[in-house]
Amino acid sequence: MSNEATLHSQQEVMHGAHDHHDHEHHHEDSFISKYVFSMDHKMIAKQFLITGIIWAVIGAFFSVLFRLQLGFPDATFPWLESILGHWAKGGRISAEAYYALVTMHGTILVFFVLTAGLSGTFSNLLIPLQVGARDMASPFMNCLSYWFFFLASLVMMASLFVQTGPASGGWTMYPPLSALGDASIGSKIGVDLWLTSMALFVVSQLLGGLNYISTILNMRTKGMAMTKMPLTIWAFFFTAVLGVLSFPVLLSGFILLLMDRHAGTSFYLSDIFIAGKALANEGGSAILYQHLFWFLGHPEVYIIVLPAMGMVSEVLAVNSRKPIFGYLAMIGSLFAICILAFLVWAHHMFVTGLNPFLGAFFVLLTLLIAVPSAIKVFNWITTIWRGKIHFTPASLFSIGFVSTFISGGLTGIWLGNSSIDIHLHDTYFVIAHFHIVMGVSAFFGMFAGIYHWFPKMYGRFMNNTLGYIHFWITLIGAYLIFWPMHYEGMAGMPRRYYDYSNWASFNQFEPLNHFISVVVIVVFATQLLFIFNFFYSIFKGRKMTTQNPWKATSLEWTTPINPGHGNWPGEIPEVHRWAYDYSKDGRDFIPQTEPIGPNESAH
Amino acid sequence: MNTMTLEQRKKIHPHKYSLWIAMGSITMMFIGFTSAYIVKRAQANWLAFELPHIFWLSTAVILLSSLTIHLALKQFKERNMRRYKQLITVTAILGVAFAVCQWIGFTQLKNVGLPLDGPVSASFIYVIVGVHMLHVLGGVVALLVMFARAYRTRIRTYSPVPIEVAATYWHFVDVLWIYLLIFLSIAR
Repeated sequence: MSNEATLHSQQEVMHGAHDHHDHEHHHEDSFISKYVFSMDHKMIAKQFLITGIIWAVIGAFFSVLFRLQLGFPDATFPWLESILGHWAKGGRISAEAYYALVTMHGTILVFFVLTAGLSGTFSNLLIPLQVGARDMASPFMNCLSYWFFFLASLVMMASLFVQTGPASGGWTMYPPLSALGDASIGSKIGVDLWLTSMALFVVSQLLGGLNYISTILNMRTKGMAMTKMPLTIWAFFFTAVLGVLSFPVLLSGFILLLMDRHAGTSFYLSDIFIAGKALANEGGSAILYQHLFWFLGHPEVYIIVLPAMGMVSEVLAVNSRKPIFGYLAMIGSLFAICILAFLVWAHHMFVTGLNPFLGAFFVLLTLLIAVPSAIKVFNWITTIWRGKIHFTPASLFSIGFVSTFISGGLTGIWLGNSSIDIHLHDTYFVIAHFHIVMGVSAFFGMFAGIYHWFPKMYGRFMNNTLGYIHFWITLIGAYLIFWPMHYEGMAGMPRRYYDYSNWASFNQFEPLNHFISVVVIVVFATQLLFIFNFFYSIFKGRKMTTQNPWKATSLEWTTPINPGHGNWPGEIPEVHRWAYDYSKDGRDFIPQTEPIGPNESAH
Repeated sequence: MNTMTLEQRKKIHPHKYSLWIAMGSITMMFIGFTSAYIVKRAQANWLAFELPHIFWLSTAVILLSSLTIHLALKQFKERNMRRYKQLITVTAILGVAFAVCQWIGFTQLKNVGLPLDGPVSASFIYVIVGVHMLHVLGGVVALLVMFARAYRTRIRTYSPVPIEVAATYWHFVDVLWIYLLIFLSIAR
């Protein structure tokens, strides 16, 4: 770790700030240090966001491809052969390609988009701006964090183009399938590249997480007590804690898997026959990997959804012109979710032969998560209740988040019960559940964040009309895609299958699958509209003319319209009150920087 | 500039803080390994064996290196740069010696018929001890950087933070090794 580089850059930040203070004197930034190896947290946030958007398009496009197979198993699409080559001979996606697409869709969306793209973007952008710091605790490590992510992206991207294709054993990469190169075409070099990429990714997340935590705990401006921070910061804090504690365990699981693949060890392998030939491996346990994987894997879903929760809390309070309802309860429930996240991993493993007695504890702990989740939902609804709601695209997406979080969360109670899970495990019900509660919800939180803080990032607004179209089609589309899957799952339709046509009992779902696939294509096209809006608005959007367009109280809106490196031209403002003084004492809002008046009580 | 520095610097230096979180993170990784070990041990076909004796020597070496880096920090604070440079050199050498000892331990294991691709209980030793060794070597690299810095004439650093961070990390890998040794000796 180069401490010196960090300190130097911090000094630079401070010099920079000083220069702006004295006006006119610009401090020189080359193209490379400004746009490429930038140490400015705002630029790093944009780098994470745009890389995440590129991955999101790829990952979502993969889902369109495999939905074509699921919706139209008999049809042929000649154009598929021209883009996928021998993976889609005759215009029909091959079974190998199907599994590769499904695996990569999961990996890309879970890790590269909703982990790096979501918390990477907004933790970087908002933590220094909202706690009142010039930059992160270590801007150099922050820069490294992005570039490790970039490397991970390159390796993962490369794995799409190797001859035997990318990893295709499912995004969870369970052994023995993933541990044996001979087991399938998708277990060859694709898995090595996958593991390498993920190891780099873990390093990136750890570097980022360390920074987020130490920035939040150490670099708050004067007066910014922990209980005066906006809920976004609390959410990013717990997200980082979850990441820092769970990603290393995943890494240890991956190291053992790599050893099994290449050093001949038998951590996960025992008594295996491939093509009638017995392997020498003995004494391993494939379940061990599942324990290590889900010890990260479960906190990972909260790593994805907590930042969205934080941003939604903030956006809802700002846009309903009311203080957030139950601020301390919100923090308490984030904390409770954070603790419970580590105690429920075995609910992914009810059908692995887990001791039913042990299973009962995991059921109990899993169902307990409903309590903090319900507290949060209640508080969001009471926040907008009788509020003066401004229906911006950001606030619509936040309300959409609450909707999908409820409907996806309720099915979690079904799946959390081990006895019901035996029937529903590995069916489309599970797909419906986690896509709504974690996929769609997290995306809605992310969209809310992008629409809301776009002016802070680029000094311009995104187009509202396109935003409304984007919101309504995405919300309706998401429900049309995933709601029917509940019925398929309850009927027992298993997930991960390539073709159901030989299965008479599921023939009834054929028209439903057509329908879902068509909606997927429409929703995908709408996301392209959003991306057009995003990039068009960076250059041509309506310009921001006031510092505080949403009339919000938090610190990021006290910076100039296009803040330089160092964020505030002069002194960092001092904070006197919490971030949610809306509609107080007959005033629409009171910024955090305003001292408490003599006749006024703090919240 | 000074006021700004003060304004952002609370009780504990951000780098030290980050280090503590990083140490928590590394600990979690080893908790992952050791709990996998416990889970695996409870299952059938677990082969118990004695740890290579040289691990006791490597323990002595790393304990000694903790002492030398502690003294190095003390000398640095007293601006006794000659002694400081000697002491971090000794520490780095002891770090490498530790890694060599572990490596000899691996060959001893192999010689008694417990190779890496042998029984799972042996594979675990290689992986756990090996990953720990990499963390010690990472510390050695950090010390080499400190060393180069101490010989630099153009810029002089008076801040004890980097060496304090390195020393804390060094003690951490030391304690981590003691934990692993006790764990591996008891849970055989």
